[in-house]
Amino acid sequence: MRPLTEEESRTVFEKLANYIGRNLIKLIDRPDGPYCFRLHKDRVFYVSESSMRLGISVARSNLVSLGTCFGKFSKSGKFKLHITALDHLAQYAKYKVWIKPNGEMPFLYGNHVLKAHLGRITEDTPEHQGVVVYSMNDTPLGFGVTARSTVDTRKLDPTSIIVFHQA
Amino acid sequence: MGRRAKNKQGDPLPLHADPDLNGSWKSSTAKSKPGHKKSSVPNLKAKLGKRKPERDDYGERVTKKPKGVLPAGKSEPQAKAMPTKRPDAKGQGKSKGREVDPGEDEDEVVSMGWEDEEDVDVRAEARSLFRDSDTTDGDGEGEDYEEFTGFTGGLEDLESDEDEAEDDDLLRGPVQEFDFDTDSEEDEAIALPARHRQSKQPGRPLKIIPTGSESGSSDSEDSDSEDGGKVMRGKTTIANMEARSRAMDAEAAREAELDMQELQDAAAAGETDDEDLEEMDDDNGDEEGGGPSEPVKILTPGEREAEKKAGGPDVLTVQRRLRHCVRVLENFKKLGKDRPRADYVSQLVSDIASYYGYNEFLAEKLFHMFPVGEAIEFFEANEVPRPVTIRTNTLRTRRRDLAQALINRGVNLEPIGKWTNVGLQVFESSVPIGATPEYLAGHYMLQAASSFLPVISLSPQPDERVLDMASAPGGKTSHMAALMQNTGVIFANDANKARTKSLTANIHRLGCKNIVVCSYDGREFPKVLGGFDRVLLDAPCSGTGVISKDPSVKINKSDKDFMLLSHLQKQLILCAIDSVNPDSNTGGYVVYSTCSVTVDENEAVVDYALRKRPNVKLVDSGLEFGKEGFTRYRGKVFHDSLKLTRRIYPHVNNMDGFFVAKFKVHRRKKAEKGGDGDGDPAGGKGDGGDVVDDDAAKPAFNEEEDKSYIQESKRRSMKKKGLRVPPRKTDPLGGS
Repeated sequence: MRPLTEEESRTVFEKLANYIGRNLIKLIDRPDGPYCFRLHKDRVFYVSESSMRLGISVARSNLVSLGTCFGKFSKSGKFKLHITALDHLAQYAKYKVWIKPNGEMPFLYGNHVLKAHLGRITEDTPEHQGVVVYSMNDTPLGFGVTARSTVDTRKLDPTSIIVFHQA
Repeated sequence: MGRRAKNKQGDPLPLHADPDLNGSWKSSTAKSKPGHKKSSVPNLKAKLGKRKPERDDYGERVTKKPKGVLPAGKSEPQAKAMPTKRPDAKGQGKSKGREVDPGEDEDEVVSMGWEDEEDVDVRAEARSLFRDSDTTDGDGEGEDYEEFTGFTGGLEDLESDEDEAEDDDLLRGPVQEFDFDTDSEEDEAIALPARHRQSKQPGRPLKIIPTGSESGSSDSEDSDSEDGGKVMRGKTTIANMEARSRAMDAEAAREAELDMQELQDAAAAGETDDEDLEEMDDDNGDEEGGGPSEPVKILTPGEREAEKKAGGPDVLTVQRRLRHCVRVLENFKKLGKDRPRADYVSQLVSDIASYYGYNEFLAEKLFHMFPVGEAIEFFEANEVPRPVTIRTNTLRTRRRDLAQALINRGVNLEPIGKWTNVGLQVFESSVPIGATPEYLAGHYMLQAASSFLPVISLSPQPDERVLDMASAPGGKTSHMAALMQNTGVIFANDANKARTKSLTANIHRLGCKNIVVCSYDGREFPKVLGGFDRVLLDAPCSGTGVISKDPSVKINKSDKDFMLLSHLQKQLILCAIDSVNPDSNTGGYVVYSTCSVTVDENEAVVDYALRKRPNVKLVDSGLEFGKEGFTRYRGKVFHDSLKLTRRIYPHVNNMDGFFVAKFKVHRRKKAEKGGDGDGDPAGGKGDGGDVVDDDAAKPAFNEEEDKSYIQESKRRSMKKKGLRVPPRKTDPLGGS
């Protein structure tokens, strides 16, 4: 387990900022103590400092997971966000998309969100913006990337994709 | 009144209480059997599906489950069933009770197939459980409840649960609709299938009953002898369905076999003629009313071998022999004079092994743990799956919300009972319970009810450091995280690296944020990290308590397995105890639990720990139900405090077999007499010297002189050790 390098940190924070914007600072300074990111075997873990200090005593080959896994680095250095980060990011999400009940299951099975399933969407969502997808009763379901901005979405026909499924 | 009228029966006959019944599980099964034949008459008109030919004693019992819906609709003509919420349940139950036709009413049984009968059976049992607690309106929730807590009817439970008063409305909402909107036939059609038809379990599952009561086997004996008639009538529990179907399978070949048997018996009759005839008379008198007239023979081991060689006895013979042996053994003085008890026992064990499919070793081991009748019940219970249960993840949702959401998806469920406020029992569901969006969102975890127990016992507090030594797949770990509200740290360890993947997945799904997952052999623990506030050790075990889930346990466990497992468990428990920080201000507890019922994995291990670690004591497990652990077993004697441990049995509590023991770890005391060399050598010598003195009858030792010498040597030894030496008070001997 080691802290992230500069490069890695930048990649991760960029990705996260895509979803939560400036609220990123809230991830680090939480009311119940400072949290930090640690890297272990290409996975990025988000863990409180106290747990991290205890976790240090576990040998590298025996450690499996710490706190919450946010995502992992691919071999080429790209950072992929995992669904396990949903809980944390959903609190601070800037742009949200709500989908109708009939669109929940397709999304959960990995399909993209069609306009026909769209319930609500926050205003002024630009194109290719990271969003958090919610169900109508405000349960976060996953992440996505918008295909079009909100304005354009209005003009589309119901079978076109508006959010790419990410996690 | 029109459509209800055809369901109306005559006035109920007067009820009389049966003093035998005290709500124990066994007695209820005994009573629940009455003439339960498969009636192929779908007599929709006669009664509601839930009715069955009950005896008078059932009349008193009320059911409070939402199933009482049907009687509610039906009992409109009855004054009691007022559509008010609270009294409704009782009203329904009562009216239902009164409408029962007493006596053997087989013809009128409404059968919608098999499931119906079982349902009725089960509900009768459940009813019997509540009988005492329901004798007064709404009063049942008192002390009686403590004994019989279990899956009470959803309504009942919701009423009694202060936290979840709203559940009443939620869960009763849709139910009420059935009452008033639909036809009586539709009622039957809807309510029953809603509950049963889609169930993957053989019938309506029994409620989980955390009672510890196991009254003697006399009840089952009574039922046996009351049976009369055909062999097929056993205790007609869900469990026995299995036996029945097996017997049916053998039916085709029965005739030929019987002929063969008769030949054999005639041939063998020369040996034990008179005794057999006597037995035959007894048997025929009691049992073989209509069946084939053969004596039930207890075989000598030689004969048993021969029988096995001849391809094994047929199921029917085995079953009859089983029941005969059980009867005899229960009343050995009267019935079993001809053969020594050991013969009966060995015959019975071997029959159990062949009938239920165990290997001989395991059959004998499990048989010796219980009185005879109870042993049979245990084996029967292992044939039937336990109810599916889920645990609400309180980090994400609340039980009532989850229940509501799942009901909307088409899952039929009920809260479990008083002893837990996160458990839900699933009766059946139209959607796969492991694939709902709520599951994926981590709102609940599929977990056996008995797995709640060790965590409830351990009760980790927020901001503690907890270790779970064998945590995959993570049900208990996540339960602990929920109880600690994601504060503190949990170390979830599992020796098997592949299983840590599922552990991690579950942890993340359920949103537990304070968990460190590692993969060590549990025995490494105090070395890796110690000083935990609480430790949970859910030890790897033989799994004899979960045979219903995994029948392969019946055949692949040998005595070697038990030895290895027990050894491993002993090592693990010592490591667990050593990993605890005894000075922790909130904790200092270890909970040891297994999903097995055998003594050498449970009491023996606990006793070993108590002996090897004198700073550890057993404390009350915190569970309200369950049988106490054994303090002595077949010659082995354990520490008295083992009474504080708890055993759960599938046939008593309708949960997987389990064992829970809670220890408190105190500080280790330093050297006792002749312990470690912490005392100073001079002092030690002094003591030795005194002893010698006494023996040698007081030679002249001058205390005064010796004092100075002693003091000097003490100081020297302390200096050597590096301890601070107190300044001298008297004159030094001759320079220091």
